[in-house]
Amino acid sequence: MTRRVATEAARLTALFEGQGARHVDADILLSAETLLDLYGEDIRGRAYLTTDPFGGEMVLRPDFTVPVVQMHMNSEADPARYTYAGRVFRKQETDPSRPREAVQVGFEVFDGSDPAGADATVFAAVADALAGLPVRAATGDIGILMAAVAGLKTSDTRKAALMRHLWRPRKFRALLDRFGGRVPPAPSRVALLAQADPLADAAPSIGLRSRGEVQARIDALRADAATAPISGDEMALIDAILSLDDSCPHVLSSLRDIAVDLPAIDGAVRAFAARLDALSGKGVNVDALAFEGSYGRTSLEYYDGFVFGFYAAADYLMPPVATGGRYDALTARLGAGRAVPAVGGVVRPDLVVALRGDV
Amino acid sequence: MLKLGVPSKGRLMDKTFAWFGDRGVSLRKSGSEREYSGAVDGIGGVELVLLSAGEIPRELVAGRIHLGVTGSDLIREKLAAWETRVHAIAPMGFGGADLIIAVPQAWVDVETLDDLDAAAAAFRATHGFRMRIATKYHRQVREFLRDNGVADYQLIDSQGATEGTVKNETAEAIADITSTGETLRANGLKILGDGLIHASQATLFRGRRDGWTDAQRVTLKELESLLGV
Repeated sequence: MTRRVATEAARLTALFEGQGARHVDADILLSAETLLDLYGEDIRGRAYLTTDPFGGEMVLRPDFTVPVVQMHMNSEADPARYTYAGRVFRKQETDPSRPREAVQVGFEVFDGSDPAGADATVFAAVADALAGLPVRAATGDIGILMAAVAGLKTSDTRKAALMRHLWRPRKFRALLDRFGGRVPPAPSRVALLAQADPLADAAPSIGLRSRGEVQARIDALRADAATAPISGDEMALIDAILSLDDSCPHVLSSLRDIAVDLPAIDGAVRAFAARLDALSGKGVNVDALAFEGSYGRTSLEYYDGFVFGFYAAADYLMPPVATGGRYDALTARLGAGRAVPAVGGVVRPDLVVALRGDV
Repeated sequence: MLKLGVPSKGRLMDKTFAWFGDRGVSLRKSGSEREYSGAVDGIGGVELVLLSAGEIPRELVAGRIHLGVTGSDLIREKLAAWETRVHAIAPMGFGGADLIIAVPQAWVDVETLDDLDAAAAAFRATHGFRMRIATKYHRQVREFLRDNGVADYQLIDSQGATEGTVKNETAEAIADITSTGETLRANGLKILGDGLIHASQATLFRGRRDGWTDAQRVTLKELESLLGV
């Protein structure tokens, strides 16, 4: 960390402490178990893994969120606010010019009493920290898409499949097209279901996946084949949500229109409206704040509500200067049954310094 | 001198020698049969270096050899962003093998990657851990499955006898190299319809030319025209 980056990191940390955050630290070398469980093999392509003779697989901290959540879950504090500053490490498998390590300064708020207020607190704190810099903000809300999927008039199996691939846009689209009858089922699927008993001539079972599991999936496939396609109207509503791209007030009015035909998103739209009020209350000019319906879907599967990022206005190649969002589902999975609504954001002090140099 | 790396033993070496020989460049081992040094006739300025096929990718990138013959699967597995680091001069038409995903034949419900993904989700819910795929080609398999939207799996390292891992219950599926598929069938496995990750063959690669002398560049041109590539 150069002196200027360290100075900037200290400034950011002090700003977040001014918001009532307690300064915490995390180990650089973490047990990989939690991350592997959350993200599977993808994490191996994105983080540095190594093995410890006693601790098993270890990972160089790819971000602070998971260790800070774990620390919070082991404490009794609630609500709580935290800030931290330190390096994170990301493996680069395609572009060797991208940095393998970067300094992050973060601000996390664990508070279930007022989600809109907590979202606004984090966003406004990050926006204030970047005040005067040539950056533009982008926002989104994964919760609206989740509510829309949950409200589709189709089987729970199909909803679960869509929900599972919410963060893989291409796969999500392929599933939606198939469930909507826009794409015919694979010939192998048709052939399988044409047989009265597909398992009649099956080879002997080997491995852990039992014959019963195969039969259960065939039954599920038969049920799915008998399920009516998702209607063109509902498909259009999902498309409308995904293609939202406007200032927040315009998006709110579009969402209210969509909610007339898709009442399942009512709650999520009300939460969005409440967030806009809370942001205004914190001095954020929401009339000029951009919202994208698909924003935040390609990150690791942390975020399940409000998502945001700040980007250099004049440099499209620069990584985001700050990113953040709500990750209630992550705390639920790490909390062994105890969920604590949480929202947070991180700032890259080195990029702040670089941008300030350009001002 | 232009250093040409060639696999140091077996059929891959013999076929490489024959391929060059057919094009008027004679490669041979010098000294005793056990010695790993070689000689080149038919062109000047080329030095034969015999080494393991698995080390050729690394040596090419390090610049310790300038040209190398190895399987395209090994280049992809060992070099991240391989297209930017080595150049494939010519596929050589032998050493063909497919890197594929295979599952038990008893899985009549799994014929495509989409099926595999759905089966993996159900498997994880039933067994409490991610479906295990045994392989030694971690990078290629991971990238392929990610690009095709397969989730809820984990890779288990297997450096040999990979086809046996399912029967031994250390994996549920495999990703491995096969040429005829016979070993797969004998072990109760079948290839997914869209499970071809990479059709590999022996290929002549060149490393990056930064730092090459004019003489080395001239030799390469001459060699390429002799080989007709």
